[in-house]
Amino acid sequence: MYKVLVSEQLVPNIHLLKIEAPTIARKALVGQFVVVMVDEVGERIPLSLADWDAEEGTITLVVMQVGTSTRKLAALKADGCILSLAGPLGLPSHIERFGTVACIGGCYGIGAIMPLARSLKHLGNTVISIIEARSKNLLYWQDKLQQVSDELIFTTGDGSSGYKGWAYDPLKEMLEAGKKIDLVFAYGCTFMMRLISEATKSFGVKTRVALNPIMVDGTGMCGVCRVSVGGETKFACVDGPEFDGHEVDWELLATRRTTYLEEEIRSLQRFECQQWYFETSKAMEARVERKA
Amino acid sequence: MKEKPELEKEKKTKPRVKMREQDPLKRIRNFEEVPYGYTPDEAADEASRCLQCKRPTCRNGCPVEVDIPSFIKLIKEGKFIEAAWKVKEKNALPAVCGRICPQEIQCESLCILGKKGEPVAIGNLERFVADYEAEKGGIQIPEKPRPTGRKVAIVGSGPGGLTCAADLIRSGHQVTLFEALHKPGGVLIYGIPEFRLPKVIVEREVEYIKKLGVELVLDAIIGKLYTVDELLNDKGYDACFICIGAGLPIFLGIPGENLNGIYSANEFLTRANLMKAYLFPEYDTPIKRGERVAVFGGGNVAMDAARVALRLGAEKVYLIYRRSEAEMPARKAEIHHAHEEGVEFLLLTNPTRFIDDGKGNVCKVECVRMELGEPDESGRRRPSPIKGSEFQIGIDVAITALGTMANPLLTKTMPDLKLNKRGYIIAEEATGMTSKPGVFAGGDIVTGSATVISAMGAGRRAAKAVNEYLKWRY
Repeated sequence: MYKVLVSEQLVPNIHLLKIEAPTIARKALVGQFVVVMVDEVGERIPLSLADWDAEEGTITLVVMQVGTSTRKLAALKADGCILSLAGPLGLPSHIERFGTVACIGGCYGIGAIMPLARSLKHLGNTVISIIEARSKNLLYWQDKLQQVSDELIFTTGDGSSGYKGWAYDPLKEMLEAGKKIDLVFAYGCTFMMRLISEATKSFGVKTRVALNPIMVDGTGMCGVCRVSVGGETKFACVDGPEFDGHEVDWELLATRRTTYLEEEIRSLQRFECQQWYFETSKAMEARVERKA
Repeated sequence: MKEKPELEKEKKTKPRVKMREQDPLKRIRNFEEVPYGYTPDEAADEASRCLQCKRPTCRNGCPVEVDIPSFIKLIKEGKFIEAAWKVKEKNALPAVCGRICPQEIQCESLCILGKKGEPVAIGNLERFVADYEAEKGGIQIPEKPRPTGRKVAIVGSGPGGLTCAADLIRSGHQVTLFEALHKPGGVLIYGIPEFRLPKVIVEREVEYIKKLGVELVLDAIIGKLYTVDELLNDKGYDACFICIGAGLPIFLGIPGENLNGIYSANEFLTRANLMKAYLFPEYDTPIKRGERVAVFGGGNVAMDAARVALRLGAEKVYLIYRRSEAEMPARKAEIHHAHEEGVEFLLLTNPTRFIDDGKGNVCKVECVRMELGEPDESGRRRPSPIKGSEFQIGIDVAITALGTMANPLLTKTMPDLKLNKRGYIIAEEATGMTSKPGVFAGGDIVTGSATVISAMGAGRRAAKAVNEYLKWRY
């Protein structure tokens, strides 16, 4: 059992969890992830590390609520418990002094990109962080990113804050204007990483992406996370999660991620019905008690 | 090889007591165990067939050297609990071995009765005493030995790790068992299905090992959380036994293999067994319930996957194997059960490519007929494709059960550990000793895919060697 120390909603649908896990925190490196199983009947899901503190013995996860497991995680209160937490998994990012590096984050990736930007900055790189969201109220951690970036650009789909558009727009503009960028990192949803990779390909700028296929054990045992990179099948859990974005078969990744779409919807509907029933019966009980 | 001839004459007419089984038509729709187990009367009856040979040979066939005649004698006398204790002197997991050991090529193959009729059902009797003991609550915890003050780390809580842990704790060492998953038991939990080995039995056996005093650490991926060097140098362990299984699934390497609906047997069985996906949506982990399922391979894992697919509601399950049934490595009983349950065997057949439905899901597999040629290095006749014999089968789920390769997750963090060219750890067979002092290894990560009992044997031999090593070192 792993104790939840902090549980807070960062923005609608995106949740922060700080969990007591001293052994994982001691070993965690940039670009790694953990596999989380919330309760006895839960699913094992991979989540990127958004931060960790070896001294305090904690890890931080930024969770986007998409299905039953992430909904359950977000419903945990401080002092609540997670059944199983395994990690740190995957190969760490290769980082050194590259020069100018763009770190691009979207949805949960805004969290995951922060420690990466911090390490890059620490090694003396010039860090340009670009984060994207649909609207102003869905951006988070601007302050944290500001501290670890030389330049922070935020983009919103509706133009409510910062640049109007998506992360690849300012990136493309910079490249077109001849700005020298040595390396791009993109963490976030599959579609965003794909667009970024496509945008940088014609400029020949190396792009590293953190892939997010379905996983079970996270140690290479089951092979569900297989992705095609440069025409070769790789296991994202042990060979990745970071790969060269220009070599990834994005179509395959997107299709494989939808394997259980029907089941996921069914599971979520059931979970929400249960929650509704639970809340309603609690309210009913309270009413009966009041009458008595 | 000597027996009492006068006794043999008297008993040879008595046939083996058959174990009652769930009806095939009924059982393919549930996950309950197939054989029901003996009643006390049946067990005593079967035990009475044993000749109690003066120089028993059955014992030689047991990788963990169970005193077979003695425990059978106790059953005959109705001392079932004492019989269970007798087995447990040598075997920490009797309820597991009674169910899944290939007895037909081990102890039972050497039983003298087998020469003229059927051997004593040693496996069934072992299962009976273990279940009887658990049911009657008579589980005995042996007295704790004097502590030696030595600490041993065991990596992997599968059959090899559990056996080694039980042996070492009885020698008075402090033992920690590290498991990567959230439940202990390794392949007994994630691999072997409920209907062949109910999970409560594995839990019971693990509970017993915990009661002996073994410390169990879950979610501990050695190589990531700690390296073996850290365990030995910083964590104060005096020796380490690596029994992590083989791990990486092998795929067919044919076009279309990454389509949705194509599983490795490891994934399919892990979802079904460890994650209980057959109870979805009560359990959160989903699994595809295929209507027409193809399983590739001819081992026990292929049989398990085929039978799980049936129980998930498949109308048709094909077992596709490139050689003939005689070459199948699976236990005879498993092949028989698969036939009984209606799995269709497509023998001398090999898949060549998967075809998609335009939406990324598998909808057909193309196969080619094979013929057998000269024997290869494994002694089995080498299959080769017959040109122009391609045909297609409509399927919606495919499962590849082709065995596993060595998982480098742990070994690549140990540069001073010698591996063979396929990535398996080089270890002495009799002791499990590796090239690294204080580090022992056994099971699938040394031998490649093998059986539960052979991993248990390796665990037992390594425990002995660790004892010797610790004596020598201190």
